[in-house]
Amino acid sequence: MEVAAAAALGKLIGAGLAAIGSGVAAIGIGHVAGNYLAGALRNPSAAASQTAMLFIGIAFAEALGIFAFLVSLLLMFAV
Amino acid sequence: MADATQGPSGLQIHPMDQFVVSPLFGGGEGDVAFYTITNVTLWMALAVLATLLLLVWGMRNRAIIPGRLQSMAELTYGFVYSMVEDVSGKEGIRYFPYIMTLFMFIIMANVLSLIPMSFATTSHIAVTAVLALAVFLAVTVLGFVLNGTKFFGLFWVASAPLILRPILAVIEVISYFVRPVSHSIRLAGNIMAGHAVLKVFAGFAGVLGIGSILPIVAITAIYALEVLVAVIQAYVFTILTCVYLKDALHPAH
Repeated sequence: MEVAAAAALGKLIGAGLAAIGSGVAAIGIGHVAGNYLAGALRNPSAAASQTAMLFIGIAFAEALGIFAFLVSLLLMFAV
Repeated sequence: MADATQGPSGLQIHPMDQFVVSPLFGGGEGDVAFYTITNVTLWMALAVLATLLLLVWGMRNRAIIPGRLQSMAELTYGFVYSMVEDVSGKEGIRYFPYIMTLFMFIIMANVLSLIPMSFATTSHIAVTAVLALAVFLAVTVLGFVLNGTKFFGLFWVASAPLILRPILAVIEVISYFVRPVSHSIRLAGNIMAGHAVLKVFAGFAGVLGIGSILPIVAITAIYALEVLVAVIQAYVFTILTCVYLKDALHPAH
């Protein structure tokens, strides 16, 4: 009984810890967007052609946050 | 999930209740077979209908000076066309119809799901996983058909030092097979999280009485953000499809 309770507790604590990964991904996305803006303000004429790269970069940075989110979901609903 | 907070101070509505798939005509919540017409079916059909309305009915006049609806249809078409051309290159244009279909379906499903009391179809991993797996399989088959064994050049980073290449090859293979996972969960996760946040704030509004004006203002702001997210996620899904297509067309690093 106590083992089951500890497992339920650890599952939720683990889910919460995994959610930190989403915050870390947010730092990465902010870094991509901030650097894009810094570059775009230095050379505004080149900015429009690089928006696709901005979104691809954001998507790749976000992918790793999604894995953290996935671990969190798995711990809450699947394990 | 079943034993969620139901106490007197807990939320009145569970934020995840909105994602329950239920049959439209009779039957309980779990009473779903693969042929059952559910709320997911209804809202996916409405997304297709909205696409047809914009692209077929909106273009019915083919006027030289377009009206509002025709302008929207033309702008959307031109937007996706130039995206495919920029990211995938000239050879990618052959696959433009499929990418346009993906974009229209996802953006319509995302935006329709923002109607209050509607159902967010793209919040379900089952829906987005099918879209992402279709892209993954199509791109893999296409890569092998067009390039033969040269497609393995995608995993063999020729520009890296020789010692590093086997290690990089392992990483590249893993990242290749993880693509459909991140591709589908990005869309589902963003839409699901956004809608859950809206419901959480709606739950606050339900228990705060006169102070509920604060959550309502917050909901309005988050809703505006969600409109942005709905469009951006459709764009991101489509542009990543274009990137994967480019990899299949030109596998050499």
